Amino acid sequence: MKNNSLLARDGVQKALASVIAIFIGMLVGFAILLISNPARAVEGFIEIVIGGVSSRKNIGQVLFYATPLIMTGLSVGFAKKTGLFNIGAPGQYMVGAFAAVLVGVKCTFLPPILHCLVALIAAGLAGAVWGVVPGALKACFGINEVISCIMMNYIGASTSNLLIRRMIFDKARNQSLRPADSAVLPKLGFDKLFVDGATPSSANAGILVAVLLGVLTWVLLEKTQFGFELKACGFNRDAAKYAGISEKRSIVLAMVIAGALAGIGGGLMLLAGAGTGIAITDTPAAEGFNGIPVALLGMSNPIAIIFTGIFMAYLTVGGLSMQSVGFVPQIIDIISAVIIYFAAFVLFFSQLMSKLAKHKETSGAKTEKGGDGQ
Amino acid sequence: MSGLQLLYFLVQQMMYFSIPLLVVALGGLFCERSGIVNVALEGIMIIGAFSGVMFLHHTQDSLSGQLALLIALVIAALAGMVISLVHAYASINMKADQVISGTAINIFAPAFAIFVARMINGVQQIPFQNTFFITKVPLLGDLPFLGPLLFQNTYLTTYLGIALLILSTVVLYKTRFGLRLRACGEHPQAADSVGVNVYKMRYAGTVISGALGGIGGLIFVIPTSTNFNGTVSGYGFLALAVLIFGQWKPGRIFFAALFFGFMKTVTATYSVIPTLKDMGIPSDIYKMIPYIATLIVLAFTSKSSAAPRAEGIPYDKGQR
Repeated sequence: MKNNSLLARDGVQKALASVIAIFIGMLVGFAILLISNPARAVEGFIEIVIGGVSSRKNIGQVLFYATPLIMTGLSVGFAKKTGLFNIGAPGQYMVGAFAAVLVGVKCTFLPPILHCLVALIAAGLAGAVWGVVPGALKACFGINEVISCIMMNYIGASTSNLLIRRMIFDKARNQSLRPADSAVLPKLGFDKLFVDGATPSSANAGILVAVLLGVLTWVLLEKTQFGFELKACGFNRDAAKYAGISEKRSIVLAMVIAGALAGIGGGLMLLAGAGTGIAITDTPAAEGFNGIPVALLGMSNPIAIIFTGIFMAYLTVGGLSMQSVGFVPQIIDIISAVIIYFAAFVLFFSQLMSKLAKHKETSGAKTEKGGDGQ
Repeated sequence: MSGLQLLYFLVQQMMYFSIPLLVVALGGLFCERSGIVNVALEGIMIIGAFSGVMFLHHTQDSLSGQLALLIALVIAALAGMVISLVHAYASINMKADQVISGTAINIFAPAFAIFVARMINGVQQIPFQNTFFITKVPLLGDLPFLGPLLFQNTYLTTYLGIALLILSTVVLYKTRFGLRLRACGEHPQAADSVGVNVYKMRYAGTVISGALGGIGGLIFVIPTSTNFNGTVSGYGFLALAVLIFGQWKPGRIFFAALFFGFMKTVTATYSVIPTLKDMGIPSDIYKMIPYIATLIVLAFTSKSSAAPRAEGIPYDKGQR
């Protein structure tokens, strides 16, 4: 018998699992607030929950922070759909950011909009190069992409530092130079719309680029033969091979696209016109790692990732408001760690829900039977 | 600095970097040999270093020297075991994706360490007094050549690390427990069929990795810093590389740890080494080399990979 119960559907189960994980995360967050300062815990929690919409500026900030998260989330999610775990997003993000700033600083002969576009393309290419290495190593030598991605993260951080120091260094600030104004993403009036008194938010055209790329990724995965082949490899590599799909080509191309998405994320962040260059650091970019929870909560569905990216950014902005009540920002990291941890329990949750659905059905069937007898 | 003095200096420095890598990679070894992937080593190190340093910070007025260090090491090990249980529960009981659970711990650990430090001390840096430095080991330190090479300007933890290496090798290869543990990483169904409790073995492997990871975190912070700031600078990931570079075998892991430690030493000290300074290679290049070397070694050895066969696959009793 076909199980039509809502709870038995795969998509519903996964979505519910994400919601449960978020709920537990928020609960833990509230508990931590209570432990650290019982008197202001409720106030702090309210800031986390509504901080993202408490002012027009904050709404803009949510969109600003969401941009790189959506991109790295798409990167991780796209790879996941094809059966790969792209923990290399931080490295791809960093080299993407570097490439964008390099073009932004050096290619000032380009006209405004074109300059920005070229910088973003450079970011995508750099990210793709960083993605192709783990992809090729996996395809040719069967090396676990998680390990090679971790290696590439650190190589990416050092390479980016090295090249910044050689080519676009701002010694006084110990960071890279800032991209020229012509390379900065247009504001599209967002600075007028999302404004708090005189201080505008940092929202810009980047969020539209991210959303557009999210939709394009969805179309690629769901509506093209190429996407179908990639997903087939993700489901069952051997079966895909048997069906005549070159699984090696798929692995490499999947990592190229995933790398490009993360790289563009780095580009969008640095071209946002927030007035900063790239800081010299040996630590792989946090925005890259944060793409993992975004993709997980979005069940690797590109459209869902747009929303989970905005959700995580919403938490970030809420966390910033929470600080104004006197709590430390690390509480937000703890909340997202808890959310990720419980998001990993998908299998458990969905089994539980299937059981529940079955239980409902069998008990429903029994009463029906009983009714017949009478 | 004469050539010999330079050698002494480099080897002494190298131990500060290599020993923590060795200990943490051995932890990873137990975990992965039991079939559980452990990318949480970084987070476990942070939790271990945090608890150990926190203890040292609060007892330094009444307690000092090697005794304080030993107690701190025990605390670090216990803290590491606790956090590793979180990973074990997700990976073993919940059959969760082990990389995701590990990633969660890696995000959690630094946030937790900084959060608690700020709650208790008000600031995120936790300073500690280093009363553990050994200028010269009695008797052994006076040996010609070997004395200054291995028994001067050192820490007790160096010898502890070597002892753990020997102990780990014996446990893995010469005891019934070790054999069973390895069986669970290679073919858990077969192990189960002869009465080995796979879940228990995997718990054991993960908890041992927690203890060693915690210890490793603390012995990384003590020689290289005067305070703990919520980070172990990616050493957990580097230890993971050491584990793979060492092909999941204790002896090779030891040499891999020495190699990685040596590269780190060169990165940290190249400006005082005349020949290297004259070559003018940027420090970023030295920083990259261990990672690039790992990728190359992986490419060459992948055909005969020694990775535990059932690594990362949740064990399901009902599965054939």
